[in-house]
Amino acid sequence: MSVSIGSKYPGEREGQSPSSLPAPALSLRGLSVTLGGSAVLQEISLDLAAGEILALTGESGSGKSMTALAIMGLLPEGAATRGDIMLGDTRLDTLTDPQMCGLRGRRLGMVFQEPMTALDPVMTIGAQVMETILIHRALPRAEARIRAAETLARVGLPPDQVPPTRYPHELSGGQRQRVVIAMAIALRPQILIADEPTTALDVTTQAQILDLLTDLVRQEGMGLLLVTHDLAVVAGRADRLAVMQAGRIVEEGPAAALLAAPRHAYTRALIAAARHQPVLPPRDPGGPLLQVSGLRRHHALPRAHPFAKRRLFHAVQGVDLQIRQGERVALVGASGCGKSTLARALLGLDAVQGGTITLAGHPVLAGRRADPDQRRRLQAVFQDPYGSFNPRHSVGRLISEPFHLLPDPPQGAAREAAVAEALRAVGLSPDHARSPIHAFSGGQRQRIAIARALIIRPDMVIFDEAVSALDVRVRAQILDLIADLSRSHGLAWLFISHDLSVVRGIADRVLVMEAGRIVEEGAPARIFDAPQHPATRALLAAAPHLPDPAG
Amino acid sequence: MMGYLLKRLASLAVSLLAASLVIFLVVEVAPGDPASFMLGMNARPDTVAALRAELGLDLPVHLRYLDWLGGMLTGDFGISYTYRTPVAQMVADRLAVSLPLAAGALALSTLIALPAGLIAAARRGRAPDMAVMGATQLGIALPNFWLALLLVLLFALKLHWLPAGGFPGWEDPAAALRALILPATALALPQAAILARVLRSALLDILAEEFIRTARAKGLSRGQALLRHGLRNALIPVLTILGLQFSFLLAGAIIIEQVFFLPGLGRLIFQAITQRDLIVVESVVLLLVFAVIVVNFLTDLAYAAADPRLRHRR
Amino acid sequence: MRRAAILLGLPLSALVLGAALLSLVWTPGDVTALDIPARLQPPSSAHWLGTDHFGRDLLSMVMVGARASLMVALVAVGLGLLLGVPLGLAAASRAGGPLDELVMRTNDLIFAFPSLVIAILITALAGPGALNAILAIGIFNIPVFARVTRGAALPLWRRDFILAARLAGKHRSRISAEHILPNLIPLLIVQGTIQISLGILAEAGLSYVGLGAQPPLPSWGRMLAEAQTMVALAPHVALVPGAAILLSVLGLNLLGDGLRDHLDPRLRPARA
Repeated sequence: MSVSIGSKYPGEREGQSPSSLPAPALSLRGLSVTLGGSAVLQEISLDLAAGEILALTGESGSGKSMTALAIMGLLPEGAATRGDIMLGDTRLDTLTDPQMCGLRGRRLGMVFQEPMTALDPVMTIGAQVMETILIHRALPRAEARIRAAETLARVGLPPDQVPPTRYPHELSGGQRQRVVIAMAIALRPQILIADEPTTALDVTTQAQILDLLTDLVRQEGMGLLLVTHDLAVVAGRADRLAVMQAGRIVEEGPAAALLAAPRHAYTRALIAAARHQPVLPPRDPGGPLLQVSGLRRHHALPRAHPFAKRRLFHAVQGVDLQIRQGERVALVGASGCGKSTLARALLGLDAVQGGTITLAGHPVLAGRRADPDQRRRLQAVFQDPYGSFNPRHSVGRLISEPFHLLPDPPQGAAREAAVAEALRAVGLSPDHARSPIHAFSGGQRQRIAIARALIIRPDMVIFDEAVSALDVRVRAQILDLIADLSRSHGLAWLFISHDLSVVRGIADRVLVMEAGRIVEEGAPARIFDAPQHPATRALLAAAPHLPDPAG
Repeated sequence: MMGYLLKRLASLAVSLLAASLVIFLVVEVAPGDPASFMLGMNARPDTVAALRAELGLDLPVHLRYLDWLGGMLTGDFGISYTYRTPVAQMVADRLAVSLPLAAGALALSTLIALPAGLIAAARRGRAPDMAVMGATQLGIALPNFWLALLLVLLFALKLHWLPAGGFPGWEDPAAALRALILPATALALPQAAILARVLRSALLDILAEEFIRTARAKGLSRGQALLRHGLRNALIPVLTILGLQFSFLLAGAIIIEQVFFLPGLGRLIFQAITQRDLIVVESVVLLLVFAVIVVNFLTDLAYAAADPRLRHRR
Repeated sequence: MRRAAILLGLPLSALVLGAALLSLVWTPGDVTALDIPARLQPPSSAHWLGTDHFGRDLLSMVMVGARASLMVALVAVGLGLLLGVPLGLAAASRAGGPLDELVMRTNDLIFAFPSLVIAILITALAGPGALNAILAIGIFNIPVFARVTRGAALPLWRRDFILAARLAGKHRSRISAEHILPNLIPLLIVQGTIQISLGILAEAGLSYVGLGAQPPLPSWGRMLAEAQTMVALAPHVALVPGAAILLSVLGLNLLGDGLRDHLDPRLRPARA
């Protein structure tokens, strides 16, 4: 994978190495930003040429987004800036806000992470694209309307399919992100900044949006600053790559070369973590543990009017599934395919409309009839490390909550010993039991969530997107921890993820779900190397991946 | 849109029925025998019997309810026991005072609150915001009948600009309007304080939304983003408060009407309650509740006009 | 801002509460003794706030009046908390269920009745007096607290820590008590102070039209009503009780705002 994507467009780069390009379209020199007295950016220097894609990557809090906002002049109130920001011949950092308003949207465009909230809900998409043109008085109203429609068509929203008179809530996430892009490029800015533009999207949609951005850069000659935490997104798309850590750029260079041979230890750690696969100890699964047959789960959609027929949304339609003692199973699928609905049904959190679930031979029932003895066999770890804990409780109290399921829960010293053991099992210190939960980072919180799931020694744990919200290095550590639990606790699990790259090393068997059904299952190697079902193939084809290490 | 309308109409009908039932139960059933209640404890038995016959109290309860409801629907609100005039006529006379008063107060409160809320949100944390927040804090704490007294003291008794009370009737529109200025102001100022605060906080919530940042990235200034994207999105909480305030102003003016000796709807109810004229009480309370429910219904429709997500909801 | 709100709100609220409590054991003058020759006196060293048309000491009247106002408002808010919060918790624990529907529809219905009119109706049917004023004001506090509680509990029920508690086998009512309610307490404190200030305003209104606490016990509203006829003659008689209402409501509102920012800046209680 040493081939640069630039070679697809030989005309643009012929005879020029990036370093000998003419004056950069955008250049930062020694940019430092402090916010409320603490330094968030330190001595950032970057160049971005027309027609070039520069990726800015790093873990959360490294200052990627701050860099983007500093260029746009949209830093939060109380931020102080030092250093130069040049857009062509214009020095941006000394401009007043009214002067910046004249540049934003015209010479600088920006695309944000969350398409669901980036659009004004009470304005049609056409009007919002048109606003970019009108606010700069670039065209009279009638022509602006035409230009807005053209721009929407350019980003893949042709009027005959998605008319400009639509409102944002009538569009999917991917379509909304296209509208945001249309607003940003309507006046063909020299620089487009995209801040995690695909992080909130499905892999398939992600690939389409990235293709669109790449096309725009190559065809319109814009410079693209692509901010992303995901190295796999960068690979094969960016011309150059800058890696940020704690407000500084630690390494910068041509993307392919840098990914193949990183020089800085931090970059190497990031790449290693992104490629990391935990090592599962070999295990012979025991007898049947979880049996699911013909499971159906639907919920009613709101009625159109009081006399309308109730319409149903079938989230899970006829799932059969079997997990044996100690077996490690992964479930993948695009968002909305029914993974989480299935998980909630298995956990007995929601009533089902058809089919049966049995755990160790006994039926799992939702509601108050659920048998505590049954329930303690199956526990769960959820996605959001911040929403998973009552913010008012100490770690010890949080971890010991499942003791409620025991007829004779340990008290006093025995309880403390159990909490200490659970904390040790997840690599934390027993001293942490007395700390309030807000003192812990996201990764530590997921460890605490795992400790809570383990404390009553369940047979099986459902990990519902349990590593999706974590930074790549923390994610690698948590995956290793989970793999260890198979060794130490003989645990069976169902590991649910939308991210294919994560599940490969964490399961003996992979299930692929699409539209409420399990469409394919098999050993990871078979699923990844010889996918049968079109849904699996589409997922694999769309998923960005890092090139294999050099040599 | 059609579906939304049907849904709202259905719930409007249910609310109206439930409200009428509650009023009927509270007024006619709860106090025991309405006739003895109205006449007091020392009434002669034959007077009570005559009133019972007049009120149709010998009929079973459910028939009385249907009779009353049917009468209300056809505009027959009964005859006032104390004044011996049709309640419908009395209500119409009183509305001629109360409706202009409520409308005037609402308009005045909106005229004050809109710019105040906008300025406070636009200059958040700076002097104009502090001034608006301080003034509204005072406005909310101000009992409107005390404010009325202070206004009378200043503008009627000291300066002699405006009348201290009474209502000359609409034969002389200028005098009638002058008589309503102080009451409308006393009603409007505390309401304006509430409205301005709601608008400010709704605008600040919206200014924190990501679509405002998108708008700024398009080249809109803070002020443009506030006016073009903030105001329309802040409309829903503002409409909610406006709806609540209209109903409050229509009936809640009782005390203000008392201060200014205005022959309005609130004063009619108050007098009817103290005179135990249950016929008037029942009908006027029902009318007021109907007005509130209908205003709420209209507010809901206004939401749908303001927010496309509600219009298209399935 | 938050500092100023607490710094101003706390002493004002404490002053009102202190005056009410002090009046139980001591007042500068006797509020039941008439002293007609000394009537309508302006503020002086003998009567700090002057005297009313019966020659009673206005400062003493205001102190005793604070008692009626606070008692009515506090008990009415207590009634609202006691009934409204459990209803709101129960409704939120099974959102969309029959109980939820019932609670919400009843709420809507109560909100459709003009509160002052109904308060007047209740006190008139049941007879005027402090107890009936409490009832009349308390009835409207129940749906307020039910709605606020439900509204704040609903997003909590969607949080993962509630799922974790359910996986620990806890029943919905226990989760409501153990996980939901403690997280709502700051909000309820803030909403409570606002409702107390609204209660003081409502009590003043009711007693102004003669339906609050009955003579000889003084109340701020009735003091205003009696002062109205002689406002030209002795404005201070009307200014004093009005200022007492204004300052106590202002103090409680400021305290509520300050507490909100102090306890949790994300909280936004309903104010209608």
